[in-house]
Amino acid sequence: MSKFKKKKKGLPAISTASLPDIVFMLLFFFMVSTTMRETDLLIKKPVLPTATEVKKLEHKSLVSTIYVGKSNNEKILGDKIQVNDKIIDVKDVPSFILSERALRKEEEVKYMTTSIKADKEANVGTILDIKEQLRDINALKISFSTTKGGDISKNY
Amino acid sequence: MARRENSEINAGSMADIAFLLLIFFLVTTTMDVDSGISRKLPEKSEEPPKVTIKEKNVLDIVVNRKNQILVEGDQYVQVKDIKQIAIDFIDNGGGLSAPKDGKPGEPCDYCEGKKDPNSSDHPSKAIISLQSDRGTTYGMYVSIQNEIEAAYNELRNRLALKLYGRSYKDLLKDQKDNPSESLKAKIDNLKEKYPQIISEPEPIK
Repeated sequence: MSKFKKKKKGLPAISTASLPDIVFMLLFFFMVSTTMRETDLLIKKPVLPTATEVKKLEHKSLVSTIYVGKSNNEKILGDKIQVNDKIIDVKDVPSFILSERALRKEEEVKYMTTSIKADKEANVGTILDIKEQLRDINALKISFSTTKGGDISKNY
Repeated sequence: MARRENSEINAGSMADIAFLLLIFFLVTTTMDVDSGISRKLPEKSEEPPKVTIKEKNVLDIVVNRKNQILVEGDQYVQVKDIKQIAIDFIDNGGGLSAPKDGKPGEPCDYCEGKKDPNSSDHPSKAIISLQSDRGTTYGMYVSIQNEIEAAYNELRNRLALKLYGRSYKDLLKDQKDNPSESLKAKIDNLKEKYPQIISEPEPIK
């Protein structure tokens, strides 16, 4: 019996000296991997469709995003297009792309991609209009943003 | 003299500060990777080039505003059927390829299709036309695009396994991790054998 008691007494406290190191490691991981949300959505958050054959978008800095979805206001019908922090008309899409181009180096322009984040309930007409505008100014690389998943039957 | 009294700074609260920062970054972080179906839009030209395309070389897919799909004007199909229809159509190989660089057209020697003379001649001639209504939902549109992409990927994958003993996905991944000329040539070869030709005519008003 006395042996057991001795052992219990001798159990040392776990050293917490390395705790800050561990925490710092986690901290740096999250600091590096974090991306601050750049835009506040003025439209209802688009529910992206699911797809199986997705490709990751590379060169995140060369991607300009166009959001398409319903207005926050229930009474306003139809699809709204948002870029950066404002809701725009289809006709203003080229000027948005041109302003995005102006921010990049000239040699990078041809690698620029337009990512369309549209709600799955949006009308194809709106998307085709945007595509037509993009063709007008030769912004030919586009990506239909989707979530990766196996079940595409929920899209429609 | 006072300095000497100043012993070490207490680092005990360091963990607390770090925790505070950690929690802040944990909350604000979004780890979404932007992924999607990529497409290259056709260039805009003043006057469309006049080419005559045989009816049998075009796979007509029409979607109406009720999200119903019609293939070749007479088949009423579901989204999940499109992949197989597209594969059968592209891989048919019923005729010769287009003459290139003065060389006459060749039959498709890697196709495994039925060689039906009433379907597409050659993968390099096979065009998929997707016409949608303005009122079609975007989810439907993306699903169909996805199925078409899947059809091409499957054909390329099959050819990759046959020619190089590796899957197409594997080749693409390898090319991304350590790019090399030989890999690029392989991928380009596969893409050339099964080129993606998708046409999107004006939507139905």
